[in-house]
Amino acid sequence: MKMTKVEQKTIPLNGDEAVAYAVKQCDVDVVAAYPITPQTIIVEKFSEYVANGEVDTEFVCVESEHTAMTCSITAAATGARTFTATASAGLALMHEMLGVASGSRMPIVMSVVNRALSAPLNIHCDHADSMAQRDLGWIQMYAENSQEAYDSIIQAFKIAENLEVQLPIMVGIDGFVLSHTLENVTVLPDETVKKFVGIRQIPHVMNHRGEIVPFKLDPEKPLTLGPVALQDYYFEHKRQQEEAMKKALKVIKQVHNEYAKQSGRSYGNALVEAYRLEDAEIVTVCIGSTAGTIKTVVDDLREKGIKAGLLRLRTFRPVPVEDIISNLSGKKAVAVMDRSSSFGGNGGPIFIEIRHALYDVSDSPKVVNYIYGLGGRDTRPIMIESIYKDLQNIAKTGQIENKIQFVGLRE
Amino acid sequence: MTEWKVTGKEFAKIPEKFMPGHRACAGCGPAIALRLVMKAARGPVIATNATGCMEVVSTIYPNTAWDVPWIHTAFETAAANAAGIESALKILRKKGRIKDEHIDVVAFAGDGGTFDIGFQALSGAVERGHDFLYVLYDNEAYMNTGIQRSGGTPHGAWTTTSPAGEVIPGKPQYKKPIADIMVAHEMPYVATASIGYWNDMVKKARKGMEINGPAFLHSFAPCPRGWRSETAQSVEISRLAVETCVFPLWEAECGEYKLSPKSKIIAMKPEKKKPVEVYLKTQRRFRHLFKPKNKHILDEIQNNVDRRWKKLLKACEIE
Ligand SMILES: Cc1ncc(C[n+]2csc(CCOP(=O)(O)OP(=O)(O)O)c2C)c(N)n1
Ligand code: SF4
Repeated sequence: MKMTKVEQKTIPLNGDEAVAYAVKQCDVDVVAAYPITPQTIIVEKFSEYVANGEVDTEFVCVESEHTAMTCSITAAATGARTFTATASAGLALMHEMLGVASGSRMPIVMSVVNRALSAPLNIHCDHADSMAQRDLGWIQMYAENSQEAYDSIIQAFKIAENLEVQLPIMVGIDGFVLSHTLENVTVLPDETVKKFVGIRQIPHVMNHRGEIVPFKLDPEKPLTLGPVALQDYYFEHKRQQEEAMKKALKVIKQVHNEYAKQSGRSYGNALVEAYRLEDAEIVTVCIGSTAGTIKTVVDDLREKGIKAGLLRLRTFRPVPVEDIISNLSGKKAVAVMDRSSSFGGNGGPIFIEIRHALYDVSDSPKVVNYIYGLGGRDTRPIMIESIYKDLQNIAKTGQIENKIQFVGLRE
Repeated sequence: MTEWKVTGKEFAKIPEKFMPGHRACAGCGPAIALRLVMKAARGPVIATNATGCMEVVSTIYPNTAWDVPWIHTAFETAAANAAGIESALKILRKKGRIKDEHIDVVAFAGDGGTFDIGFQALSGAVERGHDFLYVLYDNEAYMNTGIQRSGGTPHGAWTTTSPAGEVIPGKPQYKKPIADIMVAHEMPYVATASIGYWNDMVKKARKGMEINGPAFLHSFAPCPRGWRSETAQSVEISRLAVETCVFPLWEAECGEYKLSPKSKIIAMKPEKKKPVEVYLKTQRRFRHLFKPKNKHILDEIQNNVDRRWKKLLKACEIE
């Protein structure tokens, strides 16, 4: 990657602050939000920007997350660039409106500070919240660290607003692990970001008068948004959402590469990041911050001559099927790590995607599932090592003893 | 503020914004309310609708009855929709991304979407002071889902979830005093209106749009389907509701109550106040109340109407 020409500065930020900082730079028109740990710092930080006049944004402190998402939808429909943030119960409360946002094709950007879902009540990290929303038509990306959180939020506006995409995006950052941990984050100058995201472009559609009009609420060019569509049209709307997701795969890469040219920072091919994978025989797959821990374990194992590797999914919706196949076929054994459980399901949500993607591949590896870290349970290097040890056994014997296992659990 | 005055002739000439061709039932009160309110808009206007009869009858894709920008998101979101639109307009105007002109934002919702599921969002939007007019078209039940009771359904009324059975004769609870609850928000403007008095209604709608900040218009709107009333009688029934003081007409600016002309006449000449029965008789949803064994319910309803009327007169400082 060609190195950046712009002068960047490195400042200490926790993950939440990194998100707020990115939003501050993106010339966002409307932010509607409601506090929930561990997301609250984003809202607080952003309020400071507003109070100090550092942003030109209408900040709406709504009375619930349901309204936060609703306001975001109608603000976006009015032509505004919109952002919101939430976590856990807040995301669950938004559930109904998340489907409305994507079904109405509103390019909203939301950071989800991943946290467990009740009950029992738990405020710590896992991915149960966003995984529960995975089928609602939102693009889902997960950051490994605060730097990536910052970079991804900026990219997210450009991906969501791309005329061929027009879909909402959630960027997941691991609660507390990233949200509350100070890191050095290198940030671009305000002007560079502003230029990079540009002014929101709005697609054109035909209205009831047969006029070609911008897809927004404009008294001069009336348009009916969010109508009833019955058996004769609903299905076509949904098919179009599917198409947009497919197009997003390409756009995510484009935007990522363009951003990399400006910042000098890139994350694999934008959809997946392969770590020491080329000659690897045993591989783990994960999303989010655990990738950092896994990378150090992989390095240690490599020192010992063990051919370990990691595939980190940066994008979970749309699922980068081709990248999964190209990176994992021919490997001996793969452990998919899920930080959420699909109760009564045949493995965690990421496991199901990965194993399914590999089903049609002739030299498909053995694939097993590890559920880990629920409710903030610490995931230490020693646990990852034990997973690679299991993989070594599977690779050697070709036998899987337990398809789905729990690591770090008190049995 | 000078009051907007409009003659019938002038009003007829204002182009429709809620257009004919929608699929509401014959005699639909809410459809009349929407049409009147939309015609009262000053100029550029954006409308939003909660899920319910009015949304469903007016926007079956690819058709629409709305010749203004219009959006629906969900059932409980009318006020939140308006809040998002208004916030966006404010900042986009400031940034010079849209024309520098005022745009009226009007939110429509039924009683279910207002008294019940949408109340939180409504209360929140009013507390935050968004500049919009919220129009509650009150047909006193969830009509879109087939006539179920809501917090706006009156005492004793039959609905499919408050059936008139042998033991429980219709809805046991009373109607939530929603407009008074909105007044308690100390918001700039709250008014009641009825499709029976179009001129009063459009004036109030206009005032609600002109006032800076949130305004709430509680519009009485009979539903012949759900009320089991004659389709040709919706306007007449609306008038009877006012004449019996079941639904008095008033407005409250920043908490100051004032009776509107039709109700003021009754306040001044109490002998003009009709008994509740004449109103109840027009609707078969109250039919069971006229059985001898339910006479006490009729009395209760009358007593409650009298009590609330007295309270209103006191609030209006009429003794
Ligand atoms: C969250 C949710 N719950 C229930 C419904 C089903 N629903 C749609 S419209 C409606 C009733 C609407 O009643 P009201 O607000 O009184 O308006 P009306 O139909 O009488 O015009 C209901 C219950 C829904 N759309 N969303
Ligand atoms: S059911 Fe009632 S409210 Fe609904 S369209 Fe028919 S008359 Fe109007």
